[in-house]
Amino acid sequence: MTARAALTAPRLASILRAREAGTAVLVLVVFAAATLKDHNFANASSVQQLLTGASLIALLGVGETLVIVTRNVDLSVGSVLGLCAFVVGNLFRHQHIPVWSGFVIAVALGAAIGAVNGLITTVARVPSLVVTLAMLYIVRGVDAKLVSGSIVVPSQVPSAFAAVGYRTVLGIPWLAIIVAVVVAAVAYAMRSFRSGRELYAIGSNPEAATLAGIPSGRRVFMAFVASGALAGLGGALFLALFAQVDNSAGIGYELNVIAAVVVGGVAIFGGSGTVVGAALGALLLNTIQQALVAVRSSSFWSEAIAGALLLAAIAFDRWLALRVARGLRSAEGAHRDLPVASARGSSP
Amino acid sequence: MTLVMLERLGRRVSEGPSGLAGDQAGEDGGVGAEHAQATRTAAEHAQANGIAAARTGPILSLRQAAKAFGAVHALVDGSIDLYPGEAHGLVGENGAGKSTLVKILGGVYQPDAGDLVIDDEPVTFAGPGSARAAGVAIIYQEPTLFPDLSVAENIFMGRQPVRAARRIDRGAMNREAVAIFAQLGVALDPGRPARGLSVADQQIVEIAKALSLEARVLVMDEPTAALTNVEVDRLFNVMAALRRRGTAVLFISHRLDEVFASCQRVTIMRDGRFVLTAPADELDVDTMIRAMIGRELGAMFHKTEVTPGEVVLNVEHLERENVFYDISFAVRRGEIVALAGLVGAGRTEVARAVFGIDRRTAGSVHLLGKPLPNGQPSAAMAAGVAFVPEDRRQQGLVMDMGIDDNVALASLARLRKGGLIFRSAERKLAVTWAKRLQLRYGWIHSAVATLSGGNQQKVVLGKWLARQPALLIIDEPTRGIDVGTKAEVHRILDGLAADGVAVLMISSELPEVLGVADRILVLHEGRMAAEFDRADVTADKIMRAATGQAVKDAA
Repeated sequence: MTARAALTAPRLASILRAREAGTAVLVLVVFAAATLKDHNFANASSVQQLLTGASLIALLGVGETLVIVTRNVDLSVGSVLGLCAFVVGNLFRHQHIPVWSGFVIAVALGAAIGAVNGLITTVARVPSLVVTLAMLYIVRGVDAKLVSGSIVVPSQVPSAFAAVGYRTVLGIPWLAIIVAVVVAAVAYAMRSFRSGRELYAIGSNPEAATLAGIPSGRRVFMAFVASGALAGLGGALFLALFAQVDNSAGIGYELNVIAAVVVGGVAIFGGSGTVVGAALGALLLNTIQQALVAVRSSSFWSEAIAGALLLAAIAFDRWLALRVARGLRSAEGAHRDLPVASARGSSP
Repeated sequence: MTLVMLERLGRRVSEGPSGLAGDQAGEDGGVGAEHAQATRTAAEHAQANGIAAARTGPILSLRQAAKAFGAVHALVDGSIDLYPGEAHGLVGENGAGKSTLVKILGGVYQPDAGDLVIDDEPVTFAGPGSARAAGVAIIYQEPTLFPDLSVAENIFMGRQPVRAARRIDRGAMNREAVAIFAQLGVALDPGRPARGLSVADQQIVEIAKALSLEARVLVMDEPTAALTNVEVDRLFNVMAALRRRGTAVLFISHRLDEVFASCQRVTIMRDGRFVLTAPADELDVDTMIRAMIGRELGAMFHKTEVTPGEVVLNVEHLERENVFYDISFAVRRGEIVALAGLVGAGRTEVARAVFGIDRRTAGSVHLLGKPLPNGQPSAAMAAGVAFVPEDRRQQGLVMDMGIDDNVALASLARLRKGGLIFRSAERKLAVTWAKRLQLRYGWIHSAVATLSGGNQQKVVLGKWLARQPALLIIDEPTRGIDVGTKAEVHRILDGLAADGVAVLMISSELPEVLGVADRILVLHEGRMAAEFDRADVTADKIMRAATGQAVKDAA
């Protein structure tokens, strides 16, 4: 029976992985199609642009995945990114702080805002949709007040900091490497640590999670803190990438992020999906956008296609879930009720 | 101490494949103390005939626990002692407080009063986690699984086996799950997701979860409701194996034969109170039922003699193609007529066609001499027909609305004054009917979702009776209602008939049909098979007619 389990476990894993594999294949298909149309699409700088462009959304998507998996949502990530980018830029401009501290401050500020989101959601039990929507506007308002016309310009950003935005290693942008490392680390943690699995449990069946003794409030709180911290990191990377920040930085990112996460196979009602899928979702949406630019299509199509893809992803997940459920159910009678010697002992 | 260890080991080996996997004495938190006692009581222990229990006192005892939700006292005196190596049955009607007691043991509810004692130490559970840590495992009535996660993860959530750096050891987790399933005699794939498991398999996973906890106290709240006989037998075997290991098992079931088959002692509860605890072999079914409902069984139906008045409902040659044909009958004032028959015989369909929910393809329906139009429930309602459907949650009640709103819902037109509905009028109406129907509730405006099934049924009844109908059609009036409230519903129907209401009742329960109805119409495959008077009907005659063996011979 152990052998049987060993045989069946990878099969299941492959089903689960298929969702991410599907997204990856789609990325390649779009890439190949665009390359056929315009051979420049496959050259190094274009690919670098693809990766760089997807990086920020993928990074925010990692945090968003942590939150959505628990059946919550974080709408404040775009605002947090904007605020952190400006605050760090402003500190560089006026205080001349060391380059590394720019990252630390951005992450800390983002985490603090995430902590407020998490506290209100878990302690006051306000739906996170409302809490983070309010936070979106509050942070955006604070950001506008801080900026009030004095935008950060490239000359004010230390060149060592800006280098993070354009340097490459073996042709791969630093930015993409940083995000890939974050994605890999979080993916591993989500898979291999109890607290990671508990996030899925909370989203899959909140009541059962409580009965299983899972500290749901603490876990959800930490998911929000992580999402805020990653949005803060995103802010620092935004500053490094563009070296210029006004009060419009990050506007609308939250919807792009959620779109990427859902397209990447994260169930919007929690319980399933991976950060790898979310990152691939971001890459797919960005590749489609760039491909449409390459074939000189109107940018309107990019958004329409993103929307259609979103619907397709949700429909596909639904279909897959039904099919899996049906398949498993029909296979049931076959593998149960073994004649077992251990069914010994007597009831009095 | 060593001896005991050896003995345990020996037993485990001798049990062979049925030995409970992972039975590692070293992991058991209370092992030290247990062994100290074990040596002291070695003689008793040997006598205990293979039961690993070392203690003689209860592992867990709950004394006079109380729990109220608002004004509803779900539990007034919950008391129970669970001994090692013993299966303890807990029985009582719906609403007797069993599930509340279970949730207190599981740390889901904190009792308002009373003591919980484990190993002679008073304890309080802050939450489900601390109950689990104290060695109490609960299998709840409704499976509580994570559909997106694998079966093995469902079993070990929150306490997955880990290797270096506290990383989850999936291999070990799956192996342990397989071992537990082997012990249960099933071969579920530990890697498959829980989504799509049949209810019985979900229950198996729940049982596996409880087993993996190595619990000292295992509470099972109606675990057999969804299981087949084979699975129930298997569960009993597991229970027996657990008892040999010294686990205390609390087994809750509505099936009294199961309680007798598997339990050594039985506790009976009624109305949130402890009634009695006795050894199972000193009890019989009658005693148990009497203790559960607090009165004799014979007193369940009492029938007021009413001389039927004028014809209220007259149905002639009613037909709905492919469903039922040529149905004719009449219901008089003060008369209760039952529509009996097997499920699928067309009883509910006839009632729906009379009320106008479904269109009839032929025949006529007259109420108090006036024809009812085809397919218009609103016309039937206006003419004085009330219809209480079987599925009250879906069709009879707005669960989130208050008792008063629900009762008034069908009478809004009558309560209207100058185009406005006054809350006070609604409340007055609701309170009147709540009193007449002996509804047990906290506040008249609390949501009906908070009521028990029986009391919900009373609210539906009140809603329709508030319209003072001439004809009441009621589909399965007591389905899913506990024994005590059933009798009340029967009394209400009897009282209505005495007040001159014509009642058409659909029921699958023969005792109910025999006890309540004046006349019984039996349908078989969409046709009228027989009609009986109360005086000369027996259960046997109804069953023969319903199964098509005696068509028309009694008409």
